[in-house]
Amino acid sequence: MTSPKDIPAPAMKLTVERSGRAKDWLLLIVCLLSTCVGGAALFTLLAYVVVDAAGWLDWQFLSSTTSRFPEKAGIFPAMVGSIYMAGLMIPPAMVMGIGAAVYLTEYAKPSRLTRFIDINIANLAGVPSVVWGLLGLGLFIQLFDMTYGTLLVGALTMALLILPVITITSREAIRAVPDSLRQAAYGIGATKWQTISRIVLPRALPGILTGTVLSLARALGETAPLIMIGVPTAVFATPDSPGDKFTSMTMQLFSWSDYPQPEFQRGVLAAGVVTLLVVLLSLNALAIYLRHRFQGKHQ
Amino acid sequence: MDTTDNADLPLDLTRGVHLGRERFARSAVFVCAAVTVLTTGGIIAVLLIHAAEFFADWSVWDFLTGTQWSPAIEPVQYGVLPLVCGTLVITLGSAIIALPLGVAAAVYLSEYARPKVRAVVKPMLEILAGVPTVVYGYFALVYITPWLKNVFPSISTFNTLSASIVVGIMIIPFVASISEDAIRAVPKSLRMAGYGLGATRFSVVVRVVIPAAFSGIIASFILALSRAIGETMAVTIAAGQSPRIANLLNLEDTFLRPIETMTAAMVNIGMSDVTGDSLAYRSLFAIGLVLFCMTFMMNILGSWVTSRFREKYE
Repeated sequence: MTSPKDIPAPAMKLTVERSGRAKDWLLLIVCLLSTCVGGAALFTLLAYVVVDAAGWLDWQFLSSTTSRFPEKAGIFPAMVGSIYMAGLMIPPAMVMGIGAAVYLTEYAKPSRLTRFIDINIANLAGVPSVVWGLLGLGLFIQLFDMTYGTLLVGALTMALLILPVITITSREAIRAVPDSLRQAAYGIGATKWQTISRIVLPRALPGILTGTVLSLARALGETAPLIMIGVPTAVFATPDSPGDKFTSMTMQLFSWSDYPQPEFQRGVLAAGVVTLLVVLLSLNALAIYLRHRFQGKHQ
Repeated sequence: MDTTDNADLPLDLTRGVHLGRERFARSAVFVCAAVTVLTTGGIIAVLLIHAAEFFADWSVWDFLTGTQWSPAIEPVQYGVLPLVCGTLVITLGSAIIALPLGVAAAVYLSEYARPKVRAVVKPMLEILAGVPTVVYGYFALVYITPWLKNVFPSISTFNTLSASIVVGIMIIPFVASISEDAIRAVPKSLRMAGYGLGATRFSVVVRVVIPAAFSGIIASFILALSRAIGETMAVTIAAGQSPRIANLLNLEDTFLRPIETMTAAMVNIGMSDVTGDSLAYRSLFAIGLVLFCMTFMMNILGSWVTSRFREKYE
């Protein structure tokens, strides 16, 4: 480690100073460019994909099933599948995630067990998504004997995948609730659970919702876990019950990426990418809105 | 609200009801926390049990040292080395892009950007990690590879370079945000001491701030590269399905040709029609186990280093 004593001696001549200024500017420019280059690359690619999607992204595309013929292909069943999967996945993930967060912030005493649970959750958040697919395959399909590629298996697997993210963000939101509120509740005789359910959780709700919406966006963008649990790439009907097979927008995009015709590569697929990104960006915008409300309340 | 209703009653009348509720609530939230631990246990159990089934028919030694991966074509070969090699090559390629850009972005955000600029730039950076990986794969295949063809005419349709580029872009935010935390954790007094001695901003950043935040920056590298190792869809779509051991001394051969990563091999088996009873199907879990072990160790190491730099200046 460098300590302050490694810094050049104070007596600097003006010439050194001048070359120092040039280096200062160079550092700023390099850092600024580096910050922008990733974003610039992404925006260039987005511009390309939007231009390519023009003419393909229309009502016909949004309301049709997939097809071998590019002009007839659409994303409707996949979109419905993604939405249903999200609807089934959010309730169990939220209940479990908030519950775990409440335990860790309000009940758990600093102990080895608590530290272990903390480290465990941080690590779960870093497990590759394809491995979550293997968990779904081994647990729900092999052990519980559910059917490959159904809405229920997809939703349960995704619920487990987003559980650590929801737990971490909920924990942050609950920790941000000022302790004075809890003390005030205890002071007027509220029990611990009354304090949590009526004071702490309502106050933490915007933060919890922000985290949930962000994890929803992540789940809708996942593909690999769905491949592992055998979600089909071509489904022509929308699922009617949790036991039905379904496909997601991401699976649909992945299967189209195999079609060599340019009409697919730079037409249908581009339209699908724009559709997916619009959905995800709207969710992100919703999360930013919730976060702003949340911050406003506390100031 | 029964709190207010009960407020003037003697405490012991409501005590029994509340005690039951309190106990129930406590156990319920504990169960939720336990589920997160059970999930980890579930992942490890599923991987170990099914990998053990695979290793009953295929020796562990042949799997770990075999240099050929051919799960579907007779004679079948399950040597994981080419897949590990594919993963490492793409991770290396993405590291060359993401590590310098990420650290420089972290320096900009922590040392130069005003709070208002930072509030805009940081979420923009995070978007890079929010774009679905299947979309990055599409970008690499349809836009980046044809563009690279102008520079390297011999490049294949599926190639390591385009996959490395998109994975690199994807992990920039991980490097930037953890490095920025580490750089911010460096006490202001160290910087001020530097300026007080007449050092320029360049000297303060390069000779004081970055060395002081070094362990945190290393942690950001470890955690970001763990993401790159686990990345699946972009490398499946862009890098192709040709398991091979690349020779890093021949950069052209390494980066301009297709390669297959561990994750892409798993997708490949998952998409094929192998049944639950075949050796190929069980090999999924063996690769999964190797992948999980690699990322798990990196994540543990990364969070350990992070917690150390957080404590250092407190």
